[in-house]
Amino acid sequence: MAFLDNLINGISLGSIYAVIALGYTLVYGIAKMLNFAHGDVIMVGGYVIFTAMTSMKLNAYLSVLIAILACTVLGIIIEKVAYKPLRQATSLAVLITAIGVSYFLQNMALLIFGEKPVTFTSVIDIPKITLFDGQIVIKSETTAAIVVSVLIVVGLSLFVNKTKSGRAMLAVSEDKDAAQLMGINVNRTISLTFAIGSGLAAIAGALLCSTYPVLSNTTGAMPGIKAFVAAVFGGIGSIPGAMIGGLLIGVIEILGRAYISPQLADAIVFAVLIVVLIVKPTGILGKKVNEKV
Amino acid sequence: MKHRIKPATRKSFITYAIMIAAFIFVEILVSTGNASNMFQGLLVPFCVYSISAAALNLTVGILGELSLGQAGFMCIGAYSSAIFSVCTKDTITQAWIRFPIAMLIGGIFAALFGVLIGIPVLRLRGDYLAIVTLAFGEIIKNVFAALYVGYDSNGLHFSLTSQGDLNLAPDGKMLINGALGISGTPKDSTFVIGFIVLMISLVILYNFTNSRTGRAVMSVRDNRIAAESIGLNITKYKLITFGLTAFLGGVAGALFSHNLSALQASKFDYNLSILILVFVVLGGIGNIRGSVIAAIVLTYIPEALRKAGSNLTNYRMLIYSIILIIMMIFTSNAKIRGFFTASFMRLKGIVFKNKSAVKEGE
Amino acid sequence: MALLEVKKLGISFGGLRAVDDFSMTIEKGELYGLIGPNGAGKTTIFNMLTGVYKPTDGSIWLDGKNITGKSTTEINKSGIARTFQNIRLFSKLSVLDNVKAGLTNRYTYSTATGIFRLPKFFRTEREMTEKAIELLKPFELDGDADLLASNLPYGKQRKLEIARALATGPKLLLLDEPAAGMNPRETAGLMNTILTVRDDFGVTVLLIEHDMSLVSGICEKLSVLNFGQLLCEGKTGDVLRNPEVIKAYLGE
Repeated sequence: MAFLDNLINGISLGSIYAVIALGYTLVYGIAKMLNFAHGDVIMVGGYVIFTAMTSMKLNAYLSVLIAILACTVLGIIIEKVAYKPLRQATSLAVLITAIGVSYFLQNMALLIFGEKPVTFTSVIDIPKITLFDGQIVIKSETTAAIVVSVLIVVGLSLFVNKTKSGRAMLAVSEDKDAAQLMGINVNRTISLTFAIGSGLAAIAGALLCSTYPVLSNTTGAMPGIKAFVAAVFGGIGSIPGAMIGGLLIGVIEILGRAYISPQLADAIVFAVLIVVLIVKPTGILGKKVNEKV
Repeated sequence: MKHRIKPATRKSFITYAIMIAAFIFVEILVSTGNASNMFQGLLVPFCVYSISAAALNLTVGILGELSLGQAGFMCIGAYSSAIFSVCTKDTITQAWIRFPIAMLIGGIFAALFGVLIGIPVLRLRGDYLAIVTLAFGEIIKNVFAALYVGYDSNGLHFSLTSQGDLNLAPDGKMLINGALGISGTPKDSTFVIGFIVLMISLVILYNFTNSRTGRAVMSVRDNRIAAESIGLNITKYKLITFGLTAFLGGVAGALFSHNLSALQASKFDYNLSILILVFVVLGGIGNIRGSVIAAIVLTYIPEALRKAGSNLTNYRMLIYSIILIIMMIFTSNAKIRGFFTASFMRLKGIVFKNKSAVKEGE
Repeated sequence: MALLEVKKLGISFGGLRAVDDFSMTIEKGELYGLIGPNGAGKTTIFNMLTGVYKPTDGSIWLDGKNITGKSTTEINKSGIARTFQNIRLFSKLSVLDNVKAGLTNRYTYSTATGIFRLPKFFRTEREMTEKAIELLKPFELDGDADLLASNLPYGKQRKLEIARALATGPKLLLLDEPAAGMNPRETAGLMNTILTVRDDFGVTVLLIEHDMSLVSGICEKLSVLNFGQLLCEGKTGDVLRNPEVIKAYLGE
């Protein structure tokens, strides 16, 4: 039963990683950049919810909605101010800028909220599920994480494949210049991508902080990096890939923590990434891109 | 051609001269009692960060690949050299023999790992390489934080779980105590040794860059496909560069560990890698002298601010991050860069009343 | 024995057959042209000859040695050097260093010799510089040796690419549209340079070109490619008079 418990915890954490990884995968697929600051948007989302709930005494769901809006706007601003001027720059320059944005968000939060972590009140109030006469308890946060992540994957897949804006995103990810020639507004599409990715980060923030209720200015950093690992694992640019990668990374991390060594759980996750990249550099569901000579 | 000094050679000699002048200046400050304790305590860290940043610039600036794992190599260098020193401090009593060997061991272990890691990962490019090097750095940190090493009359004992699992004999001693790290390292690092190592590192870096191998590495950076077409073995040159960066990172780590009596692996997390990358970027990518100066200035300022009791320290990282973003936008966006070059030339034209300068800028 | 023998070469990208059943023989010292309409597969053939693409079928023989499927680096070491249609210089290196980079495998000293500045470093570097200047002279680039490659005008960049390729000491030199973007006067100069290079350096030249004045002016033999297949081959004059070739170029 302990194993089943761990597995459920792994799936819960994995679902959160999946939501974060979706943001990474969208942005990487379309803007072709590693948005290192994505994890920190999660932290911003967490703090917005925290402030709304404690200082403004707002309802939990309303707070989440405010966080989604705030992060969406933040994502668009980050893209316009920091990344847009670097559209033609080397990936090195863009990545360093993204690291700068990440540091900016972390230290801004440090100045506003201080060094001391705050205790986050869960935003989820659905009942927990008890199985096998109480031998297994599925926490409400776990149920919420799984349901929300599945809804997002389905919704996002439908959006990308069925709507005009979604297909524009696909076109831009294939070939920016060709998309431009076909009359697609590339800048608007990239903005939209950042908006969706950052909105998802806010949702991930709500789920992450509800499950692990300690919030500090570096809360988003490690989950962000691990979610990128998940996105690479599943094949960057692929929506189902992000889901599969997120779940696998979450399960590997929790099982590693339980059965191998708590100190080495992160090391195991990273080792898995390296093995995947060496064996199949494009990830599980990724596709190969050739350079033109 | 023979009697002309090459610009690259001139550049390296100017750097050496600046370093020696700075060293003499500091020595005078210290010997006349004009240097604060805080400043004297920073002298070895100056050398550590300078060496590590200059070495990272080789990978970032000369090879053109982003590595976020420099802290990992420093960690390996710090631990391996410290283990050597702790084990031998009773047999090799003279620090001037023991410490250079310890630094070499630190460098060689780091380089070995660098090459070992490099073989599989250097096939990856750009963002993927960055994230994989970050992952390696974190793995190294986590493994060292979980590592217990002790030795007794039967030799070395290792464990990844707890001190008890080592099964040490009664005469046994702990070397690495998990997350508590390593203690009892002799304090062999001095400013003079640090400075000498920094100078040797600079000579190695400049000479490497201005040699046949360095030229090949820069060719790979500028155009990989063209470099292959003239018969250059891409993997070989990447590995040499990566290995040398790791080697000097390891030496810097050895200087670091022999400056502290207790050392924890948690110091070597990816934030340290990023900090060193910040030094490289703000000093100028590809500019080795710039890396050294940036490392020293950016290590000194926050400490000085803290000492002055200013609450500006809280804003330090915020200011770094803003400068980082602005620097990248200014140096990488063609339009903005063009605008500033033009304005600069125009300004120069006004100042020197030189109309040709204006034309040049446009 | 022919210097280059290409036998029944073919390559597919997914379902697309880019080059099919292509054969060609080039004798030592020849100046050979590969022509054809846009998209006929000329650059793809260059990419297969230099190992950038691995052919799906057929084989490539250089000087009696099978080089099919070898890496670009190995193929250059066996004696094929090339230029690129979209210029690929080492833009942040000087003109001189671009050529010296090409000399890397012919003038060697170890990395340690370089780091410790042993006497062999100075001796070899001096020899490399002399050789590089000698290679720049026929292209009238020796005066620009210290300029950054990216600061050269377009025409000179094309010439520098040829000098860099020659620096690797090839038996066969592949030029991909060497006259692209040049005016007629520059093209005429380039034709002379190619002839001089062939005679002075003893290399065999295979070139892709759309400029017919250059093709008819210096190429001794031609192969014409259309839709990935060989349309005809032979002496330049005969080929250019062939009605099939004229049709391929001008349409019906």
